[in-house]
Amino acid sequence: MSETLTTVDGKPLKQALAAAQARAKRRAFWLVLPLLLFILVTFVAPIGQMLLRSVYNPSFSQAVPNLSVWFDENPPGTEPDEAAYEALVMDLRQMREDKSQGEAGTRVNYDYSGARSMFTSTARKAERLEPPYKEAVLDADDDWADPVLWQAMRGASSAYTMNFYLAALDLGRDENGNIVSVDDNRAVYVKLFGRTLFLSALITATTLILGFPIAHLLATLPLRYSNLLMIFVLLPFWTSLLVRTTSWIVLLQSQGVVNDLMVASGAVSDGNRLQMIYNQTGTIIAMTHILLPFTVLPLYSVMRPINPSYVRAARSLGATSWTAFRRIYLPQTIPGIGAGALLVFILSVGYYITPALVGGASGQLISNLIAFHMQKSLNWSLAAALAALLLGGVLVLYWLYDRLIGVDNLKLG
Amino acid sequence: MVDADNPATPIKAQVEAGNVSVDVADVELSDAIRLCDEGLLEEIDVSMLPPAPDGTPAEEDFIEGALTECAVASIVWSTAVAYNVTANPTPPDSIDDFFNLEEFPGKRGLRKGAKINLEMALMADGVPASEVYDILETDDGVDRAFAKLDTIKDSVVWWEAGAQPPQLLADGEVVMTTAYNGRIFNAAVAEGQPFEILWDGQILDFDLFVVPKGAPNLENAMKYIAYSTDTQRLADQASWISYGPARKSSGPLVGLYSDGKTQMAPHMPTSEANLENALVNNFEFWADRDTELNERFNAWLAQ
Repeated sequence: MSETLTTVDGKPLKQALAAAQARAKRRAFWLVLPLLLFILVTFVAPIGQMLLRSVYNPSFSQAVPNLSVWFDENPPGTEPDEAAYEALVMDLRQMREDKSQGEAGTRVNYDYSGARSMFTSTARKAERLEPPYKEAVLDADDDWADPVLWQAMRGASSAYTMNFYLAALDLGRDENGNIVSVDDNRAVYVKLFGRTLFLSALITATTLILGFPIAHLLATLPLRYSNLLMIFVLLPFWTSLLVRTTSWIVLLQSQGVVNDLMVASGAVSDGNRLQMIYNQTGTIIAMTHILLPFTVLPLYSVMRPINPSYVRAARSLGATSWTAFRRIYLPQTIPGIGAGALLVFILSVGYYITPALVGGASGQLISNLIAFHMQKSLNWSLAAALAALLLGGVLVLYWLYDRLIGVDNLKLG
Repeated sequence: MVDADNPATPIKAQVEAGNVSVDVADVELSDAIRLCDEGLLEEIDVSMLPPAPDGTPAEEDFIEGALTECAVASIVWSTAVAYNVTANPTPPDSIDDFFNLEEFPGKRGLRKGAKINLEMALMADGVPASEVYDILETDDGVDRAFAKLDTIKDSVVWWEAGAQPPQLLADGEVVMTTAYNGRIFNAAVAEGQPFEILWDGQILDFDLFVVPKGAPNLENAMKYIAYSTDTQRLADQASWISYGPARKSSGPLVGLYSDGKTQMAPHMPTSEANLENALVNNFEFWADRDTELNERFNAWLAQ
């Protein structure tokens, strides 16, 4: 005869246990709560808000209630008629009252150059415009007849839009709303995304090639020597990023230390000083140096506990030193290689200040254009779209890494 | 005081977030217009500005374009070509020489951005200052400017912050560079560097005081602006750096540099001799075409 176990007060044991555990979990949750709130407020919310900007920009749509109605009633490509111009004039009058013509015009200006001043100047006259409005508006500025402008306004007339993502991929819309690529002489983003990924991969590879032997040396030396060497790895790591970048300028510029030494030693003539900075080479050298500790440290922490007996055993069983390295030592360092490579790659994909200072024209990365749109053009929606694409790209690579090597294998130190 | 490379960014951020901590900001003309258009600035009542000592009302005393709905100009500065005297045995005497790599070999410094560079390229290509913006309005004009820039593209070192050009000149990294005239003056007079300014083809711009919408101490901010842009104050600031005062009545009061011996007048971008071939930055043009031309500039740069 089976009888359920009960506690002293008669509750089934299973339930009592679950209740007790739930209480403990709730208490534990209170401990995590501060960090959770901190992350929500300082990290998740701002990023979420920024990402929202990439698809949501109401600065034009909220200023044009009448035009929005006309756009809803007429399919893309419709020749704007008198009703359309009347709606435009009504909206312009309202904008003049709300002082929103600049903001609305700026939004359209992202897609149609010159729209900003058309909005501000025509809004100034809007009060005096008389029907027929089409004629009156075209009289004020005949650029209003451009179908591309009307398409740009149609695109901006809904607050939610994918147009910023199109712009971030060098795409735009023609007068019928079809997606087309922008002029070759304005296409820049795709190219810079490609260059960013390529340079990041290259920098990751160079840090691995340079960092692996150092980490091995650190891991195999007796502790008192390796600690001393470790300082040399950490010292630059603790130094300000700007100081290190500027030092590279001092070293590498054409009148700099390295060129001076080469000229003095006769390796190059004074007229042919090497251009090692303000171009891609400068970006690669400076970033490799700055990111090197991020490879060395995880590698070191993985190599340190590797038992040297394994390699000795392999050698005693007849393996050449190369085979022993390749089949015994290297596989054991994979978690460190993976961690270091992933860390360096993700950091360099978003690197900004170093390429800005030493990259010249050919060493610019996509982050420099994001900064440009944040700080100079103030087109934050486009900056957000570019950043979102970058974030998406990194997440895809992370997922790939997880599939190929496994994130569980990561060992950061 | 809050330091920012371009205060337009924090102003936009603060006003949009409804948390304004700045009372007065100093911005460039195109930003003053744009921020005002977007409703991010308080309007400034011109009648509260003190008249000139001789009684001329402020509205007439300020240089044309120095007063706008939301901004009061304090200084006139210029972007001009600066060169290192030791690196240029024969000094360049026109903006054309900046683009002449044969007679003036060596690297050039240019600000990374479309503004200024396109105008200077056209002026070097023989366009008179008064026609620059008319030509730049057209696609052909833009092509022409980029074609001119193409001729020196491989020899350009691009700078972003105003402190870089004097550094590049001092390091010998470039032999000529565009620069803000005050920075070059500072390096030449205060630090004794062998730098000269080529005033031909200089591009003038204003720095203006603005008050962000919702500034915490609105009344004091206005008082500050009225005080700091009166005739004497504007003349006084010129003794610290070679930026011209935005009031006509301040001109005659400009005296010696703070070292007590350098006459400031010849170093002012606004002095008569320096204005022979000068262009005043057209803010309307740039507020309109900034996006398009910078996209094209960035694409051109990345090629």
